[in-house]
Amino acid sequence: MSEAALAQKIDDPGLDETAAKLTPERIRTTINRVLQQENSARLKAFVGTCVSCGLCSDACHFFLSHDRDPKYSPAGKVKQTLWEMIRTKGNVSQEFIVRAATIAYTECNVCKRCVQYCPFGIDTAYLMTVVRRICHLLGVTPLYLQDTSHSHASTFNQMWVKDDEWIDTLQWQEDEYRDEIPNLRIPLEKEGADFFYSVIGPEPKFRTQLIGQAAVLMNECGVDWTMPATPGWDNSDMSMYSGDLEIMGRIKRAHFETARRLRVKRVVMGECGHAYRSVYDVGNRWLGWREMPIPVIHALQFYWEMLKEGRLKVATQMEEPCTFHDPCNVVRGMGLHEMARDVVRAFCSNFIEMEPNREQNYCCSAGGGVINCGPPHTKTRVLGNRVKAEQITATGAKVLIAPCHNCHGGLEDIINHYKLDVKLVFLIDIIYAHMHKSNAI
Amino acid sequence: MHSIYTFVTGPLVWVAFLVFIGGLAGKFVYLTSLAKNKDPYVFSYLHLKYALRSIIVWLIPFSTRNMRLNPVMTVVTFAFHICLIIAPIFLLAHVIMFEEAWGVSWWTLPDAVADVMTWVVLASIVFFVVRRRVVPEARYVTGPKEFVILGLVALPFLTGFLAYYQIFDYQTMIILHVLAGEAMLVAIPFTWLSHVMLYPMIRGYMGSEFGAERHVKDW
Ligand code: SF4
Ligand code: SF4
Repeated sequence: MSEAALAQKIDDPGLDETAAKLTPERIRTTINRVLQQENSARLKAFVGTCVSCGLCSDACHFFLSHDRDPKYSPAGKVKQTLWEMIRTKGNVSQEFIVRAATIAYTECNVCKRCVQYCPFGIDTAYLMTVVRRICHLLGVTPLYLQDTSHSHASTFNQMWVKDDEWIDTLQWQEDEYRDEIPNLRIPLEKEGADFFYSVIGPEPKFRTQLIGQAAVLMNECGVDWTMPATPGWDNSDMSMYSGDLEIMGRIKRAHFETARRLRVKRVVMGECGHAYRSVYDVGNRWLGWREMPIPVIHALQFYWEMLKEGRLKVATQMEEPCTFHDPCNVVRGMGLHEMARDVVRAFCSNFIEMEPNREQNYCCSAGGGVINCGPPHTKTRVLGNRVKAEQITATGAKVLIAPCHNCHGGLEDIINHYKLDVKLVFLIDIIYAHMHKSNAI
Repeated sequence: MHSIYTFVTGPLVWVAFLVFIGGLAGKFVYLTSLAKNKDPYVFSYLHLKYALRSIIVWLIPFSTRNMRLNPVMTVVTFAFHICLIIAPIFLLAHVIMFEEAWGVSWWTLPDAVADVMTWVVLASIVFFVVRRRVVPEARYVTGPKEFVILGLVALPFLTGFLAYYQIFDYQTMIILHVLAGEAMLVAIPFTWLSHVMLYPMIRGYMGSEFGAERHVKDW
């Protein structure tokens, strides 16, 4: 291993201890299985077309934050992983696999920004998911990420939330917000409601107020909604990122089937980016659906709809200067940036754009499952995103809106590390504080 | 000497074009049938409008953010590709050969312009070589193969230039020139020079994904 690679070596038993058990035979057959049987045309086209010009580099926040260190450039990451696996026909060492896993899981957010910088549109994010798939099949996965995937497999949610805890939490939130809105309800298991509201594991676990605030919004907008009392309520999907595509498919199926069971017309999803990617881009395709089998809309679309229909009314505006972080999965992934801005502008009188913004925005560096790789890898993603800190500082904003859970986690660490004088909020935090509440006492 | 000349400008040209066209066609069939079997959703998501949008936008200088971030590279790349394609097709000497062989001919470039274009191609290749040596992110991913490919592209232009100005022995140079051109054609399907065909294929697919599915620009 090179000196540079050694210097970056991070202790993670999920990588080291598992890799130590690998035989050369197993490494070779697994790599070749993935490269030849699971993947084909796209992989071959992307790898065969790359002219190694390095023009994709300017896309990547890791590269920019590490003073243009080519090891962090998109093509550089492919060189250190796939190119070598292909060149050696899978004859690589255990150390190589650990390094490849570290790169693919923790130094790439699969944010797809590099697609917009490569003259051919080569999808390095996809190539990194191929590397992750290989590592997953070899059992070499960051420990925390694997734990999250285990949680998905056994509980159908990301955070080991037990079935009764889930219901308790919803009822607690209902109670809590009834102090303010006496007729507030969180309707459970209401068959035939217009939509079911789905959230991700961290909401009941430690960001519970988001559920209460959403309930206030639903109450004020007078919508016919429900939440399931069974597994299938969690829309998140870290198995999609760990490379465990089989579990990913099971989780997504459970989510869609819950919507079918409740006979709702659609699903409205909380402020989460990767969960959205999993229902419209990855999970649905794995299950054989071209589109989502049941319409799923993101919170940003829902807020926008409510605002345009006049159901959600602005009571006051936030005057503090604020800026907006475009989460990759709903912006570069779904083009919701203008809707988001409409809502932000309605509630905030002093909105300042980051540069670059919209589909050109830098990733938070937590996405793509990187934050779920846990504490051993925190430094990697925080130091790998200095440009984000600079981008935020340059706005002079005091409030940073990030409508995505992973972005929140990542930006929180960035704010702390770079000592940014900015308060981080979800969009629902602002809506809740500034909306017209006709039922409030 | 003359028989070598007849051979390289006769049967060998046929072979080179056959390998070039056959190789690319084979690659196209191979990749699309592979995609049909293993990546069928590539076809489900293809969308003509967004495929064309992406292909066209990326052919317009300075239309993308990255082109604006790297202005020198953008100018050189566009100048290089334009000259690389236009000069050989519209070169008087080439057109005359076609006319003699098949009786077809087309508009030709004034020699002075073709001359400048050849200079542009050669200077661009020097630029690419230097860039690959000094720009860290390009240097890191560049291997010996890349220089060989650049050399293969440079040679027909260099030898053509030397032959035209009759520097060194004209006969030898012209034979080398034809051989170099044939070598380049043959290399296209088997190296990343195949981006001549894969550019529209990949852009078409990624452009469709970005435009029709993700509702964003891919530039
Ligand atoms: S920009 Fe595209 S072709 Fe150039 S090195 Fe990056 S991936 Fe390869
Ligand atoms: S982090 Fe984003 S820009 Fe960087 S290599 Fe990964 S997908 Fe590309």
